[in-house]
Amino acid sequence: MEKVIQGKAYVLGKNIDTDQIIPAEHLVYSLSNPEEVKLYGKYALSGVPPEQGGLPEGNIPFIEEGTFASDYTIIIAGPNFGCGSSREHAPFALKVAGIKAIIAESYARIFYRNSVDGGFLIPYETSEHLNQLINTGDDLKIDVAQSTIENLTRKVTYTLNPLGDVFSIVEAGGIFAYARQENLMAQS
Amino acid sequence: MAQTITQKILSKAANRTFVDAGESVWLNVDILLTHDVCGPPTFDIFKEEFGANAKVWDPKKIVVLPDHYIFTANEHAHRNIDLLRQFAKEQGLRHYYDVGSDRYKGVCHVALAEEGFNLPGTVLFGTDSHTCTSGAFGMFGTGIGNTDAAFILGTGKLWEKVPESMKFTFEGTMPEYLTAKDLILQILGDITTDGATYRAMEFDGEAIFSLPMEERMTLTNMAIEAGGMNGIIAADEVTERYVKARSNKPYELFRSDPDAKYHSKYSYDVRKLEPVVAQPHSPDNRATVRSVQGTKITKSYIGSCTGGKLTDFMMAAKILKGQKVSVTTNIVPATVKVALDLEHECYDGQTLKQIFEDAGCSIALPSCAACLGGPADTVGRSVDNDVVVSTTNRNFPGRMGSKHAGVYLASPLTAAASAITGKLTDPRDFL
Repeated sequence: MEKVIQGKAYVLGKNIDTDQIIPAEHLVYSLSNPEEVKLYGKYALSGVPPEQGGLPEGNIPFIEEGTFASDYTIIIAGPNFGCGSSREHAPFALKVAGIKAIIAESYARIFYRNSVDGGFLIPYETSEHLNQLINTGDDLKIDVAQSTIENLTRKVTYTLNPLGDVFSIVEAGGIFAYARQENLMAQS
Repeated sequence: MAQTITQKILSKAANRTFVDAGESVWLNVDILLTHDVCGPPTFDIFKEEFGANAKVWDPKKIVVLPDHYIFTANEHAHRNIDLLRQFAKEQGLRHYYDVGSDRYKGVCHVALAEEGFNLPGTVLFGTDSHTCTSGAFGMFGTGIGNTDAAFILGTGKLWEKVPESMKFTFEGTMPEYLTAKDLILQILGDITTDGATYRAMEFDGEAIFSLPMEERMTLTNMAIEAGGMNGIIAADEVTERYVKARSNKPYELFRSDPDAKYHSKYSYDVRKLEPVVAQPHSPDNRATVRSVQGTKITKSYIGSCTGGKLTDFMMAAKILKGQKVSVTTNIVPATVKVALDLEHECYDGQTLKQIFEDAGCSIALPSCAACLGGPADTVGRSVDNDVVVSTTNRNFPGRMGSKHAGVYLASPLTAAASAITGKLTDPRDFL
């Protein structure tokens, strides 16, 4: 687990469902074949209506045309991020695009579990409306163990909600690593 | 200690007598469900974590129902079916329902019920958010991702946080113009798309227990649209009759204790409710059909796990008999069984199939089809600025295909009435 996550913010609104994160037509690609995996990066967040991507201005592409990874590292969003389907392809696609953490006011259960148990990215919760206080492109720095985020562009630090019970799964790198560490499954 | 039905089922699966809301427990899984979209990556993770030659924990408890991308020329989709077939063969999975064979069923949540996998008191996990549908049978069913499913494949267990429960009671006798779809859209408008996140939604009351199983499934199916972990209806004689006709396996009936603790309680009188739709682009964007009556549509879509069951088509037929549709109307049976029923079941002396064909509808082969858009050649997929009235369960931007399309979620009655006029229409105008 990285101790510090630093990079640019990509800001979104509320109820970003899994069809916006990775539209269903792209779910046919393999999640293990390296060439096909790149496509998940290419199409990550491609279902977000353009004017709602990259707030507050909007119309800021998450992935530049013809590329497979994003310039952004941290997503800032409103409530109910990842609602909709159970597709693990959603946190997977964001990871492939280069996202390491999301800071949202709340998450849908399956997306949250998938992010943690699959070890794709860290889903932090915030009690503040950070998607109205941070702009797309701001430079951010997360202290993972302290659950704090510093906006380097604006020189402000916010405290995020502690990860609680799931911190140990995040720290281990996913449910399998955690289960082995805790002797919950046979070593393999 | 008093417990809700959900707590009681989870207690049993955790080998405990009591589990409290909020605590995380390890559950023994009765059935794991997967399909063509999430099966292949789940199997990959299983092999990576447990070894290339590892065997699943119990081949009898794994149900693989390909249903999402079936009738398409997309080569990746075909490749994924091949991967399911190969894994089922390697592992000796007897409950694999292969595409192109006479075992093929169709939409997994409906097929699970038809094939007798839904048993009161049991625990089902599935790699599909609408796995909560099975809660209509007095059991626990919820959706998970590939990693969690791979964990179950190897161990037969998974951790879950015991949910708090919300209770929704519907009193009164259901009027002819009202359906389970209207009830759940009513709730969604009241509690919004994250109003039940991480909670159980328990349905109760005279109106609920007057519903046939398929209508109950429509209610529990959409618990996830409020963020619910599971939707649940205690099993009664209707449930037992349905189950016993399809399975000889043992099951256990649970009911909530009268003094069980609830997060919140809502109660409705169905005689005071009206047909409603969820307007674009969210399942909680409720409006009465009357208030948006006249909105022009370009398509009507009657299908999916929510709206493609025999009872749904019975309702649609009641409206469409002797009428002509004025917009493209797709009839998409959820399963092969439903498709066959359309040929035999009658309304007012005519088969449903005849009624739909005479009305000018087109009947598709059973699968998830355009409910979730799917590959470009999917039947009924929305294009450009389509305005669709649909019996499906989700209408976030782009859900049925085009990002620019708008989807109104509605009951089969409303979708059928609107298909005739080409505008959103209250079904009472045709009943």
